[in-house]
Amino acid sequence: MAEAFDLSKLDEIFHELGQDIGLIPFLQRAQNSYGYLPREVIVGIANRLFMPTSKVYGVATFYTQFHLTPRGRHLVQMCDGTACRVNSSRDIIAQINEVYGIKPGETTEDFKFTFELVYCLGCCAIGPAAIIDGQVVGHLTQRKMINALEKLE
Amino acid sequence: MLMEVTKVPKITSPQTLFGVSEEIKSKAEERNRPQIIVGLSSCGIATGGRNVWSAIHDKLEKNKIDARLVQTGCIGMCFNEVLVDVKKPGAPRIAYKNITPELVEELIEDCVVSDNVRSDLAYCIIGEGSYDGIPNWMETPFFVRQTRRILRNCGFIDPEKIEEYIAKDGYKALAKVLYEMEPDEVIDTVIKSGLRGRGGAGFPTGQKWNFTRLAKGEPKYLVCNADEGDPGAFMDRSVIEGDPHSLLEGMLIAGYAIGASEGYIYCRAEYPLAIKRLKIAIEQAREYGLIGENIMGASFSFDVKIKEGAGAFVCGEETALLASIQDKRGEARTRPPFPAISGLYGKPTNINNVKSYANVPQIILNGADWFAGVGTEKSTGTKVFSLVGRINNTGLIEVPMGITLREIVYDIGGGIPGGKKFKAVQTGGPSGGCIPEHLIDIPVDFDQLRQVGAMMGSGGMIVMDENTCMVDIAKYFLDFLKDESCGKCVPCREGIKRMLELLNDICNGKGKDGDVDLLAELARIVTKASLCALGGTAPNPILTTIRYFRDEYEAHVRDKKCPAGVCKELIQYFIDEQKCTGCTRCVKECPQEAISGERNKPHVIDISNCVKCGICREVCRFEAVGIK
Repeated sequence: MAEAFDLSKLDEIFHELGQDIGLIPFLQRAQNSYGYLPREVIVGIANRLFMPTSKVYGVATFYTQFHLTPRGRHLVQMCDGTACRVNSSRDIIAQINEVYGIKPGETTEDFKFTFELVYCLGCCAIGPAAIIDGQVVGHLTQRKMINALEKLE
Repeated sequence: MLMEVTKVPKITSPQTLFGVSEEIKSKAEERNRPQIIVGLSSCGIATGGRNVWSAIHDKLEKNKIDARLVQTGCIGMCFNEVLVDVKKPGAPRIAYKNITPELVEELIEDCVVSDNVRSDLAYCIIGEGSYDGIPNWMETPFFVRQTRRILRNCGFIDPEKIEEYIAKDGYKALAKVLYEMEPDEVIDTVIKSGLRGRGGAGFPTGQKWNFTRLAKGEPKYLVCNADEGDPGAFMDRSVIEGDPHSLLEGMLIAGYAIGASEGYIYCRAEYPLAIKRLKIAIEQAREYGLIGENIMGASFSFDVKIKEGAGAFVCGEETALLASIQDKRGEARTRPPFPAISGLYGKPTNINNVKSYANVPQIILNGADWFAGVGTEKSTGTKVFSLVGRINNTGLIEVPMGITLREIVYDIGGGIPGGKKFKAVQTGGPSGGCIPEHLIDIPVDFDQLRQVGAMMGSGGMIVMDENTCMVDIAKYFLDFLKDESCGKCVPCREGIKRMLELLNDICNGKGKDGDVDLLAELARIVTKASLCALGGTAPNPILTTIRYFRDEYEAHVRDKKCPAGVCKELIQYFIDEQKCTGCTRCVKECPQEAISGERNKPHVIDISNCVKCGICREVCRFEAVGIK
């Protein structure tokens, strides 16, 4: 028999913020707690807010912030804003594909990292730029990026 | 004029406000210690600002140096980050550029402890004063043409201390409005100033307020669009991070004018520092009686809530934004009815961009004529731009409307790095267009830019050079929009996909005769038939690049060549025998082992194995790797 999914974290959030909590803030807090939004959490939220699951699913899949599958241990967000693009971000993106076989939005098979594109970190003066685990790395070259990724555990 | 927090009473009248302001100012003037000011907004932090801060903090502690270490917002010189300014009593404020933790030791020893000013590390003097060998900021090409109004406090106050805003005449406009002006007068003033929406569409702000005021329905709402989704744009972020109270004060004044008592700031989740500083600002304003019930002792009440975005560019579009505030999918809807008539929860709602609100306090304090004193006849005032891309002086600038692109790119921006040739300026983000060299003398204002097929937009200004492929740029924007389209209407959802397919073919060497005309025709249909401005303006990058760079499209289609050397299927890497020294660096680095050659003999690339990753070009120290 499968173990029941632990919804206690969801209940904590719900009790803290009350019945008036908006769906989007609820999803945001839930994702912070669980790391992503598994099916059980989506259904759990729908039940607590007396909404159809389809509606919650519709909102969760609309916004890029929400992830319905587990993510890697590390998060690599490459800036593909116009300025970085003009400064050759695409070569770095292509190189990550070459070396790790993943495209933007995907996670490596061993769950080492998830690779995402973001559109403008506002670091245009030090582009091409990326955020690795919350730390900004600027003046990137393909070599620098691959070296940084290899250092991740 | 940056200072410590002082505990002051709740502000219940203009007199109290003025009193508090004077008290703070006098305390600042009494101060006799050197100040060390570090730029700690997102760009400063990204360049390592926090490490520099820590290094300075440790140095001051270790050597027991009596100096105040303060943080400030972005002054716009992103190309000089990390910026550390030193202001000693009686001396001008000197901005030191590109400071690293390693430089901190000598910077503090020389400039703070001793009086060795170190002009070799300095960029300019900020504010009044002069010093041998260091230009005043108003003498530098970057600043001299700027007119800093919305940005006046950015880089001059600690954005996390309301007292500093108050000391800079903060909330005096609100006091004037609450005690000396009727709502209609406020609206008339804004109309007379000629302020047009700074989000980019340029609708007259005062008129919008008037529609909302006259609309039937209670309660009325005020919304600030801080979603700033255009790639390359960070103006709104800088205003919020550097001077959040200017936004709050503008919103309070607008709320009074239209008769709203509740306001929302919709800020994208990708701006955590901006959200943090907004929360602090709102709390502090609340403590002082400037947000909440009976503001400043008047009968006006107003509360502000922050609503975080969840990662959707389309939520910068007003109807999608309203849907998102209501926790729905960010889908646009038809207009009419416009939000001013029926907006949030079906009630009259006024939505404006951050910069539109931030302009308001000064319009009230200094008058409509003052605002309209700069700019052009139909585009009054100033505009903030983020000047980025292939440009030397990357940063945030505020200029009078009517300045030419040439002045922005060459005077303020310092021209193109590496001596490369200017090709185009892109404004307006994915809704905008590319402006070519022969139009570089057009004055920048709402209508002039529209006439040439571009759009002012929120203020992102991306400079491109000879190595930018304009077809690739059009493809890039469409690719972005394809994922961001809400999907509700067919022209946008399907049209963008089909245009992208055509562009992909063109960039991959599969373009056929007639493709460019088909692309243009499709673009015109998508423009006319889309439900909202996302689809309605998505074709702009295509239409402007076809209009001004048709020859590049033709080269891709007819000759299967990419003149700028970007589209991978259409280019080849080669090694210039004359320049190659045979160092074997590229041979070792090539991931495909596609380069052969012995030491001291010119190397050769086997193009059948080459994947055009560009690593060889990156590692070559002799610029011997070329693209054709």
